[in-house]
Amino acid sequence: MSSSEYLRVSDLHAFYAESHILHGMDFTVRRGECVSLLGRNGAGRTTTLRALMGLTGRRTGSIMINGREVINMPPHRIAQLGVGYCPEERGIYSGLSCEENLMLPPRVSSGGVCIEEIYEMFPNLKERRHSQGTRLSGGEQQMLAMARILRTGARLLLLDEISEGLAPVIVQKLAEIITELKKRDYTILLVEQNFRFAAPLADRMCIVEHGEVVAEIAQHELAEKQPLLQEFLGV
Amino acid sequence: MNKSFSLLDKQTLSYLIGIILLLAAPTVMYPVLVMKVLCFALFACAFNLLLGYTGLLSFGHAAFLGSGAYLTGYALKVWGVPTLLGLLLGTAGAALLGFIVGSLAIRRQGIYFTMTTLALAQMMFFVFIQSSFTGGEDGLQDVPRGTLFGLDLSNDGNLYYLVVTIFCSAFWLIQRIIHSPFGQILKAIRENEPRTISLGYDVTRYKLLAFVLSAAIAGLAGATKTLVFAFATLTDAHWHASGEVVLMTLVGGVGTIFGPVVGATVIVALQNLLADKVGSLVTVIMGAIFVLCVLAFRRGIVGESIALYRRMIGEKL
Amino acid sequence: MSELFGIPLPALYGQLVLGLVNGSFYAMLSLGLAVIFGMLNIINFAHGALYMIGAMFAWMGLEYLGIGYWWMLVLAPVSIGIVGIIIERLLLQWLYKLDHLYGLLMTFGLALMLEGLFRDLYGVAGQPYPIPEGLTGMINLGFMMLPKYRAWVILASLVVCLITWYMIEKTRLGAYLRAATENPRLTQAFGINVPLMVMLTYGFGVGLAGLAGVLAAPATQVGPLMGSNLIIVVFAVVVIGGMGSILGTVVTGLSLGLIEGLAKVFWPEVSSTVVFIIMAIVLMIRPSGLFGRQQ
Repeated sequence: MSSSEYLRVSDLHAFYAESHILHGMDFTVRRGECVSLLGRNGAGRTTTLRALMGLTGRRTGSIMINGREVINMPPHRIAQLGVGYCPEERGIYSGLSCEENLMLPPRVSSGGVCIEEIYEMFPNLKERRHSQGTRLSGGEQQMLAMARILRTGARLLLLDEISEGLAPVIVQKLAEIITELKKRDYTILLVEQNFRFAAPLADRMCIVEHGEVVAEIAQHELAEKQPLLQEFLGV
Repeated sequence: MNKSFSLLDKQTLSYLIGIILLLAAPTVMYPVLVMKVLCFALFACAFNLLLGYTGLLSFGHAAFLGSGAYLTGYALKVWGVPTLLGLLLGTAGAALLGFIVGSLAIRRQGIYFTMTTLALAQMMFFVFIQSSFTGGEDGLQDVPRGTLFGLDLSNDGNLYYLVVTIFCSAFWLIQRIIHSPFGQILKAIRENEPRTISLGYDVTRYKLLAFVLSAAIAGLAGATKTLVFAFATLTDAHWHASGEVVLMTLVGGVGTIFGPVVGATVIVALQNLLADKVGSLVTVIMGAIFVLCVLAFRRGIVGESIALYRRMIGEKL
Repeated sequence: MSELFGIPLPALYGQLVLGLVNGSFYAMLSLGLAVIFGMLNIINFAHGALYMIGAMFAWMGLEYLGIGYWWMLVLAPVSIGIVGIIIERLLLQWLYKLDHLYGLLMTFGLALMLEGLFRDLYGVAGQPYPIPEGLTGMINLGFMMLPKYRAWVILASLVVCLITWYMIEKTRLGAYLRAATENPRLTQAFGINVPLMVMLTYGFGVGLAGLAGVLAAPATQVGPLMGSNLIIVVFAVVVIGGMGSILGTVVTGLSLGLIEGLAKVFWPEVSSTVVFIIMAIVLMIRPSGLFGRQQ
């Protein structure tokens, strides 16, 4: 495994009880890269992220994060390796205030974004910090979900459908944040339905169908591989 | 030869065998012991109707066993009513109590339902302790068994056939309930209550009816027990009795037809065996059986046997 | 006026204090139950038995090892907490994936085992436990005589409940607990060792029960049956209060103790069932409990 590989997934199968969802996912993400998993609903993209975090049922195959095999690790150990997970449902706790939500995930490394800077990046969260977590708007909750994993010092970010259901202004803000994170050398795995959001941000796109990667497109190949995108995604 | 076998399908055959065994049993075992087993088997079958088929865990069924026992005992001893009427009164009283308790408990779901049934049963227990009609700590003693169609029931042999008849009739009734459209809806409630609601069924009414039926049959079991032992005591209404019937059903197999009967037989036999030998440790052993069943034997004797049988024929095919 | 409805006031106050003492136990026990239920989704039927064992440990400590009350006040809850952790690891952890009724059945079986064991060893009669020095005697409040030990029990319980509330609502660990209660899988994904928290929560919950047992020892007879009747009343308390808030649970427990005390004075026949009657009323008017969240 080359030293610039941060995440390597080989022949990953994942199950929810008896349901076989991932049929041998294979892909890698290099340090500082932003890779997007695209595909239709039900293709297995969210399941891939969950499998990486250890949140699914049985898994087989290999997941290497920064050189460590994590296929058999429990979720809290994986997180402690520096993986930050932003779930599709955002997962804001109703029993905690906005600030408590933000401060909840423990630091997993020393390189986290400090709280002052978080509030600079996300001024809304500072305003609403004493509100109950679930009273925040959809966009604010999404910001909160991202902010709290940035605070921990996680370097590998798993982001699931962060633009879903949000107003264009907020989606734009999210794109700016991801661009900034890329500059700061974060490694990002982006699951997205919204092709127009993902395409400018992703260095590479992996198209997922039936729990497998069926095509890979680098950003500079977008124009020439247009027919592939049409075939698999209808764009 | 083929004709006679087509008349007797597997289920009818097993019922016939069961009845023959029951009728023959007094020749090899003490009738009183078998009657005790039958009473508890009926109690467990009543309980199973609620847990195995409707999915409601009641931890207060002793209230119904006890009220059936006390009401029948009082009716027979103090009012001097005929035996069958006494049994009927006990059953009806338990049904009424079941209606009241059920109406309150069904307002909550899941674990709260269970705790409510336990608490209400405990309340009944305290009512029984304090009432004069129950005889308090002493209980109702010397309840006369009366006669039936000229047969003197104080003869254990005679009473035995009455008890067998009661048991078989009630058992048959439970089977009819389970296999009726009503029973299908109960199963639907157990499996997926929200879906059943969305199909337009008034789930509360069905649950309540199931609860009342279960309470009534439990009351009948208590009433019959009073006949057998000629007394009714606080033990019948104590929460240990509630726990016992859960254990019997669990050990035998929740949601199976014969599970409660098997479970009751095993537990009563075990208690009989251990009675004078281990004293208070009986409770420890019962508790240990609970723990082991929950950990490793959830389907109970009948359930595991069915699963084993299915695996075996599955492999052969 | 030195009487209320024919009851002399000092007697009334005495019963109210006794009611508060019982209410303190209701509060502590229902608090432990609620914390365990929130995290594990299991109703711990063994709570009563572990409360009894707390009291028995206190008695055994004094009887066999000469260890006094103040030491046992720390040792007993800690030992029971360790017992709880063993129970969780050995027995309960296999049940989380199953219907939560199995948790009730398991802890019920456990309660039978624990009670049966102590009943076999010590019979059903209770043993007296002496009130520790320094807490014997009365405080003269003017309008009544207040037994020092009862004042101590009420105070200690309130402090413990308050500390528990503070820990859960105001500390980082408490935030972890609340998060793990709400969404255990996601909380793990943040690096929090949720299985460890579950284990410690059960240990803490039963430790509270054990502590209540030690507090109860000088106040009542210490016997193997002291837990089982109490636990059913605590269940009723929990149904009445709902398990939605800590303060709600504590207030409910204390109030019901008070009401029970009042009943003993004015209407003794009803006193053993008044909690259940209130439960029936609450179920009719507000099924989710006084402080519960709508389910």
